[in-house]
Amino acid sequence: MAEGRVVGIDLGTTNSLVAYMQGDAPVVIPGVDGSNLVPSVVALDPVPPGGGRPTVTVGNTARKALIETPERVIYSVKRLMGRGLGEIQNELKMFPFRLADDAEAGEVPRIQLGELRFTPPEISAYILRQLKRNAERFFGAPVTQAVITVPAYFNDAQRQATKDAGRMAGLDVLRLVNEPTAAALAYGLDRAKEGTIAVYDLGGGTFDISILKLRDGIFEVQSTNGDTHLGGDDIDNLLLAIALDEIHAEHGVDLRSHPGAVQALRKAAIDAKISLSSESVARFDIELPNGDRYQREIPRDVFELLIEPVLNRTAGPCKQALADAGITAEQIDEVVLVGGSTRIPAVRELVDELFQLSPRGKRPHIELNPDEVVALGAAVQADILAGASKTTEEMLLLDVTPLSLGIEALGGTVARIIQRNSTIPASATEHFTTGVDGQTNVAIHVVQGERELAADCRSLARFDLRGIPPMSAGLPRIEVKFLIDADGILQVTAREQRSGQAANIEVKPTYGLTDEQVESMILDSFDNAEADFAKRLLIEARNEAETILSAVERAPQSPAWAALTGEEQAAIFAARDRLQSVKLGEDAKAIRDATLALDQATRRFAELMMEAAVSTAIRGKTMEAAGDDLGAAVTAPHPMAAAEFK
Amino acid sequence: MLNVLDSAVPIACWSCSVGHTDSTLFCPHCSKIQPPPGGDFFQVFGLERKFQIDLPAMEHEFHRLSRKVHPDRFARAGENERQWSLADTALLNDAYRTLKDPLFRTEYLLKLEGAEIGEEHAGKDRKGQKDPSRVPADLLEEVFELNMQLEEMRMARKMGEDDPQLKADLQQAERKFESLLGAVDNDLHEQWKMWDAGDAATRQTAQKTMVALLDRRRYLSNLVRDVAETLGA
Repeated sequence: MAEGRVVGIDLGTTNSLVAYMQGDAPVVIPGVDGSNLVPSVVALDPVPPGGGRPTVTVGNTARKALIETPERVIYSVKRLMGRGLGEIQNELKMFPFRLADDAEAGEVPRIQLGELRFTPPEISAYILRQLKRNAERFFGAPVTQAVITVPAYFNDAQRQATKDAGRMAGLDVLRLVNEPTAAALAYGLDRAKEGTIAVYDLGGGTFDISILKLRDGIFEVQSTNGDTHLGGDDIDNLLLAIALDEIHAEHGVDLRSHPGAVQALRKAAIDAKISLSSESVARFDIELPNGDRYQREIPRDVFELLIEPVLNRTAGPCKQALADAGITAEQIDEVVLVGGSTRIPAVRELVDELFQLSPRGKRPHIELNPDEVVALGAAVQADILAGASKTTEEMLLLDVTPLSLGIEALGGTVARIIQRNSTIPASATEHFTTGVDGQTNVAIHVVQGERELAADCRSLARFDLRGIPPMSAGLPRIEVKFLIDADGILQVTAREQRSGQAANIEVKPTYGLTDEQVESMILDSFDNAEADFAKRLLIEARNEAETILSAVERAPQSPAWAALTGEEQAAIFAARDRLQSVKLGEDAKAIRDATLALDQATRRFAELMMEAAVSTAIRGKTMEAAGDDLGAAVTAPHPMAAAEFK
Repeated sequence: MLNVLDSAVPIACWSCSVGHTDSTLFCPHCSKIQPPPGGDFFQVFGLERKFQIDLPAMEHEFHRLSRKVHPDRFARAGENERQWSLADTALLNDAYRTLKDPLFRTEYLLKLEGAEIGEEHAGKDRKGQKDPSRVPADLLEEVFELNMQLEEMRMARKMGEDDPQLKADLQQAERKFESLLGAVDNDLHEQWKMWDAGDAATRQTAQKTMVALLDRRRYLSNLVRDVAETLGA
């Protein structure tokens, strides 16, 4: 194919994935460590000796730095995408991120990471670039076009910010697809389904519910609803807050001032949450800086009581979506569960109740891995857009806009011009005139939301219609066309009808970056314009090899080394020797294979190191000392392997 | 946007230069996508201007056209074709959304026929109609009574009191106004039939009746919403 592949990307709050259509089935592309999930964590390495710009790492390597150098790491950045300074204050209370201290109202917030500052789209761009590289490594060819998924309930600014991130990462974003719709595509591929389905998507940071009608390969979304700030993060924060309070009350230790220890405790809370999906009790057992132990059992029923308010917040959107689709719960033929948080048994019970499943002898669909299904669906949509495959040529996705679009009218009320749940692309034409003789400007304020007053809706943009020919008040007739495109993003055009002049429009997005700002943030243009792709692959492969080799070199000095069996140690040395022998060759693939083999051989060692690191951090050692102790594990690519369900 | 064309204007296809009428999304000769046509929403589906339409057939046509015109089919096309696909699909979606809903369709066709519609149904009247001059004459007394009850209910709520009798009265009023709404819908349906089958004079009369019925319907649905909100608060 001359134009290259189109990949599907799930840019998640917790994890991100890249997938593509292999023949007639979508598959996830693994990273160099063999893992399908790339944690959405970005870390800034230490400033290199002699100065210069520090490198940025993404994924599992970055996640490990959370405990070591929390002030140089950011995660869950999706929660900050497309949001203003005032909006993220609450968010920041729950997360250890610091805003740049020179932040000004009206500009896109920047996060302080070590000595540098980044906007949320830039952080996301680093994650996207990592996924792009993973795909390029996999294909051995450049990847420049992608479909990226977003929560269905994302507003205009959040969507635009996601598109900006793609551009910064050197990706031509052919389409933004709503996550629940993507999941429906993944499920709808292998069976010719007809009927009405509900997709319940509870992820790390966002909740979406979408109701779709499937017919003849057309996936027509009837309604969507959700909450862009509701997800597994909220459950983690509840558990974390309880542990922090109890530790403070019972042991007189305030861990909140130790960011590394808080992150280690957060990891323990996440582990407890995950184990409660299969066990009836989870345990905290943590040694505190003063030598005390914080020990606590969390029975599942206590956990369920604790999270009930969080889960119940998903009920309202579900009911509203049903009402907007004009159907009752009993008319839903199938329910699809998406997102890691739908593994929680209490979530499944709630879904069963909301959609009356068991009384009708039905069960929700969980056949596809809830962590991967959105990326798989994105790959299907990418294939539809590439237009080159028999499998998807009959498929078409008709999605809707989640929020109503309105204009601020006199008195601050909202005149709605495009209703929520309208199929996109959708348009509306409005006419404006002047109120004063000779007036040449008209200001228009566009908002998104369902409330009556503009002040309660989300400000989307302010437009100035300029250059209106001077006429008596009320005489000019300016036609403004609002169009929501297939990505759910607003476009505006205007013209003055009496004079036939096109009125100039100056679009001032309330939140978001200007074109020029995005251009200036494009990640190393080297990446895009590179002529010698194979050479870069080779350099990258060698760098990865060096990284892991130097880690293995230091491994025997670590206390964890002694815990390995002689066989395990021998296997590591054998894999090391193999890598050293191929490293200087010209075959990037052979180097990568040998790196992967060494990585596999050191997996258990890395886990032992990580356990040691977590308890070290909680004991309150200084970060520097903890870093020294971490030694070899610092550079191992998978120190904190993604928790998996048995 | 609704510049209704009495006679179709011939236009040359941008791709093959063969002339076609300005009401088609695709060139009949070379099948290439065309810039958005200037016709009305009915023309998008090749329908006559009628209040009663075959909804399943229109849905089928909507899906057929969507498959051909949707931006997903033009993701890698040239800039012009992508823009036309976007504009055409927006027109198709706007047309389908308007025509499939009985009230939107009624308002739209009445406006096409030159009728003056009060406030549009399309969500611009979210604030209740409190203008007393618009109360339908036959409902004056009941509306007055209802407003008193609503006010009492709100006061009672504020004081944290529960008044079962008042609640029952309001529920009864709600049912009554809902049944009146149903009656208006039936009447509208009758007028649709008359207009669709009638001559110019019949149409004039039906049109006037429908405008009045829409006013009444809007008023009633605002009342029902007020009651539901007050009861549900």
